Amino acid sequence: MTELAQTQPVSVRSPGWRPELVPIVLFAAFAAAPLLAPASGAEGYVLSLLTRVMIFGIAAMSLDLILGYGALVSFGHAAFLGIGAYAVGILASHGIEDALIQVPVALIGSALFALVTGAISLRTKGVYFIMITLAFGQMLFFLATSLAAYGGDDGMTLPSRSLVGGFPLLKSDAAFYWVSLLCLFGSYAFSRSVVASRFGRVLRGAKENPARMEAIGFHPFRYQLAAYVISGMIAGLAGCLMANQAEFVSPAFMTWQRSGELIFMVVLGGLGSLHGAIIGAALFLLLEEFLPEILHGASFMMDDAFRSHLAENWKMVFGPILILIVLFARGGIMGLLRRGRHG
Amino acid sequence: MAENLLDIRNLKKTYGALVVTDDVSLGVRPGELHAIIGPNGAGKTTLIHQISGMLGSNSGQILFDGQDITRLPMHQRVRLGLARSFQITSVLPGFSALENVAMAVQARSGSSFRFFGNATREDGLNEQALECLSLVGLATRARVPAGLLSHGEKRQLELAIGLATKPKLLLLDEPLAGTGHDDSQRVVETLKRLKGQMTIVLIEHDMDAVFSLADRVSVLVYGRLIATDTPERIRANPEVRAAYLGEEEMV
Ligand SMILES: Nc1ncnc2c1ncn2[C@@H]1O[C@H](COP(=O)(O)OP(=O)(O)OP(=O)(O)O)[C@@H](O)[C@H]1O
Ligand SMILES: [Mg+2]
Repeated sequence: MTELAQTQPVSVRSPGWRPELVPIVLFAAFAAAPLLAPASGAEGYVLSLLTRVMIFGIAAMSLDLILGYGALVSFGHAAFLGIGAYAVGILASHGIEDALIQVPVALIGSALFALVTGAISLRTKGVYFIMITLAFGQMLFFLATSLAAYGGDDGMTLPSRSLVGGFPLLKSDAAFYWVSLLCLFGSYAFSRSVVASRFGRVLRGAKENPARMEAIGFHPFRYQLAAYVISGMIAGLAGCLMANQAEFVSPAFMTWQRSGELIFMVVLGGLGSLHGAIIGAALFLLLEEFLPEILHGASFMMDDAFRSHLAENWKMVFGPILILIVLFARGGIMGLLRRGRHG
Repeated sequence: MAENLLDIRNLKKTYGALVVTDDVSLGVRPGELHAIIGPNGAGKTTLIHQISGMLGSNSGQILFDGQDITRLPMHQRVRLGLARSFQITSVLPGFSALENVAMAVQARSGSSFRFFGNATREDGLNEQALECLSLVGLATRARVPAGLLSHGEKRQLELAIGLATKPKLLLLDEPLAGTGHDDSQRVVETLKRLKGQMTIVLIEHDMDAVFSLADRVSVLVYGRLIATDTPERIRANPEVRAAYLGEEEMV
């Protein structure tokens, strides 16, 4: 104990540090970013990168809802991004460009897909659950590649971003940023409520000990399925945003690699905290974005050929970095923050 | 037979060639404490699994409260008033003792498809949960995560969780297993208090406890029920003594 007390002052954290502050700091940072972005000299770039972070944050958080609170390792979660994106794209190509129609359609589509695939997948456990969700995800991916009328393999460009109640509200990147932040905050607040509710408690209980839950009269399947549907719908919303940000949809939105990245983001941030998933998404995307430059800069003592080679093959460094973070920051970033509190 | 709360008829369970429950028929009367004893591996836990619905049966019938529950899944049997504890402690280790019990109260108090409102702050659930904890003498440990409770306390918690489902019939699989003297005295006292308020089927190796608590005792040996009778007559039964009591010198 005395040892711990002695090491405390070295810590960068103030004595009042509490893990509960993380989501507040996180959302404050997202809210402050548009005000600070002009100072960077590349406002558009910063905002679009952060918008992407928030959209992936929504998707990763939706996965955390079932993975972190239900121990359901869905390896097909990108399918919901695809459903959301294609709902926007297909409706837009038929002249229905209003988000007030597109988003409900996307949510209903995601819910139905989750209901059907979840009802089947949840009858299996462990590795079989992982494989069957992967299979359903791939099924949808191949369906999308075969949709010749909607661009097939190549995908399709949206005529414009969705209208909101007839107004081109999302047209400016700044407005789109705020709408994305609103969606992130809304999904976060809703998910927070869900995990603390009666429903969430049953879900968490079924994760710890399904036999015990059955022995007090719960049928875990029903709760897990409902959680799967909720999670799929939130990811579907992220898909709507993703299509709008890119003004483009393609099967690439729902590759199995994308599903794997989502799992990675959740694990990176720390399972079962919701905001951890957002932080994981941020870290993942920022590393992906800046690692080539960081590597180029960090290898200044090497010759130029090596440096450009390294920057080109940054993924060779990216993989090991991710592995190291997962290995040494057990519990992810949130785990680190929690441990920081106890010294 | 109609007056029995639980009626087991010609129940059978096999694992390959091994017959674990061998044509067992047994009636449990309302309000009685019915003990089932038998040597290790006799099939007592398996029988409880079958009654509670954790395991299916190869043949035979289980009637509870006049209803055929043979094919009903476990969670539905619980809702009919059939609760159980586990021989190997089964609690939710990450939840507090209170929440473990409150979860069981929640299961029978309205819908759990509620997505708003903090469940841990529902006074209605917590008060009833605390009552059950008090009943087993665990009220002072309500806030402790179940995983950090001592083994004896976990056994008491199991009992409280079972009670919280408000069962008509409580199936207890060795509630005293592995508990120290004090803890086991406490559980026996609790059972004495519960006796008469609900029907209890008790599996137990502790013969002192069995003979001081039970109204009737059934003896299971190699999956077969060899006798059901009052404790006195079971003690005197030569077949039982030969098969079971004799070797353990319990008279
Ligand atoms: N899944 C299984 N597969 C095969 N055999 C099993 C299985 N489960 C139990 N058995 C066997 O069934 C028999 C009865 O086991 P059970 O656990 O019901 O006995 P028990 O009377 O509860 O014993 P104890 O007093 O030790 O708790 C044992 O011989 C056991 O080895
Ligand atoms: Mg047993």
